Amino acid sequence: MGETSINFAKASSAALQDQQLRGNFRRAMDGLMSKRAVQFADTAEWNGVRTLGASVRLRALSKLPELLEKLEANCTKNGIQVHWASTTDEANAIVLSIMQRVNAKLVVKGKSMVSEEMHLNAFLEKHGIESLESDLGEYIVQLDEAMPSHIIMPAIHMNTKQIAHLFKQKIKEAEYTEDVAQLTDLARRVLRKKFATADVGISGVNMAVAETGTLCLVENEGNGRMSTTVPPVHIAVMGLEKVVEKLEDVPPVISLLTRSATAQPITTYVNMISSPRKEGEKDGPNEIHLVILDNGRSGIYADEELRNTLRCIRCGACMNHCPVYTKVGGHAYQAPYPGPIGSILMPQVEGLEKRGELPHACTMCNACVEICPVKIPIVEIMGRLRSEAVHPGDAVRGAGSHASKAEAMVWKGWSMTYASPLAYQFATALLAKLGNAAPASLPLLKEWTNVRAKPRFANRTLHALAREKGIPDV
Amino acid sequence: MSESRNAILGKLRAGRDAHPLTPPESDFAVLRNKRWDGAERLERIKRMMEAVHTEFLETTEADWPADVQAFLKAQGTRNLLFGPATEAGARLSTEWAASGMAGGPELIPYADRVETFKERLFDGIDAGITTTLGAIADTGSLIVWPTPEEPRLMSLVPHMHLALLRADALYDTFWQAMTENRWADGMPTNALLISGPSKTADIEQTLAYGVHGPKRLVVVIVR
Ligand code: SF4
Repeated sequence: MGETSINFAKASSAALQDQQLRGNFRRAMDGLMSKRAVQFADTAEWNGVRTLGASVRLRALSKLPELLEKLEANCTKNGIQVHWASTTDEANAIVLSIMQRVNAKLVVKGKSMVSEEMHLNAFLEKHGIESLESDLGEYIVQLDEAMPSHIIMPAIHMNTKQIAHLFKQKIKEAEYTEDVAQLTDLARRVLRKKFATADVGISGVNMAVAETGTLCLVENEGNGRMSTTVPPVHIAVMGLEKVVEKLEDVPPVISLLTRSATAQPITTYVNMISSPRKEGEKDGPNEIHLVILDNGRSGIYADEELRNTLRCIRCGACMNHCPVYTKVGGHAYQAPYPGPIGSILMPQVEGLEKRGELPHACTMCNACVEICPVKIPIVEIMGRLRSEAVHPGDAVRGAGSHASKAEAMVWKGWSMTYASPLAYQFATALLAKLGNAAPASLPLLKEWTNVRAKPRFANRTLHALAREKGIPDV
Repeated sequence: MSESRNAILGKLRAGRDAHPLTPPESDFAVLRNKRWDGAERLERIKRMMEAVHTEFLETTEADWPADVQAFLKAQGTRNLLFGPATEAGARLSTEWAASGMAGGPELIPYADRVETFKERLFDGIDAGITTTLGAIADTGSLIVWPTPEEPRLMSLVPHMHLALLRADALYDTFWQAMTENRWADGMPTNALLISGPSKTADIEQTLAYGVHGPKRLVVVIVR
């Protein structure tokens, strides 16, 4: 592992010790799972929409370059300025140059995972621009100088008491209260002033429609509408996979998204933006910019299997149902995208040197695959990435970076033993006799035994027992 | 930045052409088959929207301006932002002036660019009223297309949003509304679905209403 490698194992064992954190997550995840189940009571309908949604995403991927060109042409026709960025550095530079041209000092942001991927807030602060998150969860996390721990509910790792203390500490006019309505109202008052005076609004994009040049955003709070309507300039950032072909593709995807994410038939607002303020209109931004970000996605797209990662509609359902995520929480992943989708996306975007551990943060239980509204074969991709990490190749950045001689030897020995009946008999007989004598502190064994009992070897092998019953060796 | 553009598109094209992908047919029947009878539609819309704290005011074509005035007075609303150039707006201003109601809400026209009264909009306005293009039974949503006469912020910034809904302008699904009315032929600057007052569950999954947008949404059903 290189020195930039992110240590998931260490962070997750720390998270597991934190009873408060585990309680917060357990409660939240249970709530989300049971609410979601109610939305899908009509299985036939759900399956129909799910199949339709998956086909919409696949059709978009099958024509991805053409659709992006069409999106660009239609947005441009509508007056939306389109920019392309290969890397997050380039995307940040594009955003900054727009800001500097309009002399922006204050930016309000709607929720955007791509901007997390860009570390845009830190970048803007470095250039003297105040960048304020306005989604309540993101606002809380920003006040706490932390990272979101869930892609839909960023502050899910905190409970009301912790948030109450945070507000008291960080907001001047705050009185201490644990009343959620009052806390929410306080944030409303603080942020309204900011919406009214911000120079630029930044948002993500849930879906961009090639056919009409329309940006679709779904949200409950109204901060997305504020950020995209009040400031004179709106900058939207999107990953290049977010395009869909037709306007009529939007309803099924929104239905999958909102039902899977927060178990709502629809969010409070579906906001469809097709142009900046036109002649005679009284509000809305005078300029809209769309930044289309690659950041490794075109590489993912080149591989037939890994390409499926790009179907994702970022609903977060895989997290809520993941036995690993629900125990360790989002921060252990130290990534903008945690949970199952993060474990397959991050290594592909940032390389296996740095993120090679993440595909192992998975028990391969398949819960995420069953839940995923667009049917991404997450677990297969997880397996593929594990293999890529130890075999040099060029499908994924950093392939082979986790190869270890010792591991290769173990597997070689294992396959030789299994290929020869004689060697197999010898090895199993040996383990039956001596296996229990192996100390629990042996290097590889330790990983297992320091939190679990050491398994006991039976003193007769299965083959021996079978033979006794008269079942012959083949 | 067109260098990146060409590099990205070139890479995508090469990747796709090396491994083309044949997507399955998109079968919209699951949306097409979602149907409710006339009366059922409105019932369902009310039920779904009430579940997320939307309020309803039943009235008629003849009475709605007076009913809205009386309602707002009873709520203690000081003022109402409206679009004076719409038909509904014209009725509000003439009928409220004629009603002679004392102590009722004041009408504030959204007649100029937002820059001219941003502070007042954010600080001094209690309610805003807009028309709608109808509502959707499947999800319990209002369809709102802001216009120069009824700008975007009217349904967002005031603490209460009143939305006029004609009882006969109902659709089964979002998909039906957009395909029947051929939205794809020309989208407006901004098209919205609104399904309740602004809300959040970001603090420990506890639902709270009125975080950034309106705290109350009142649908005025006009028969
Ligand atoms: S991988 Fe599937 S379940 Fe997970 S966030 Fe993406 S769409 Fe949702």
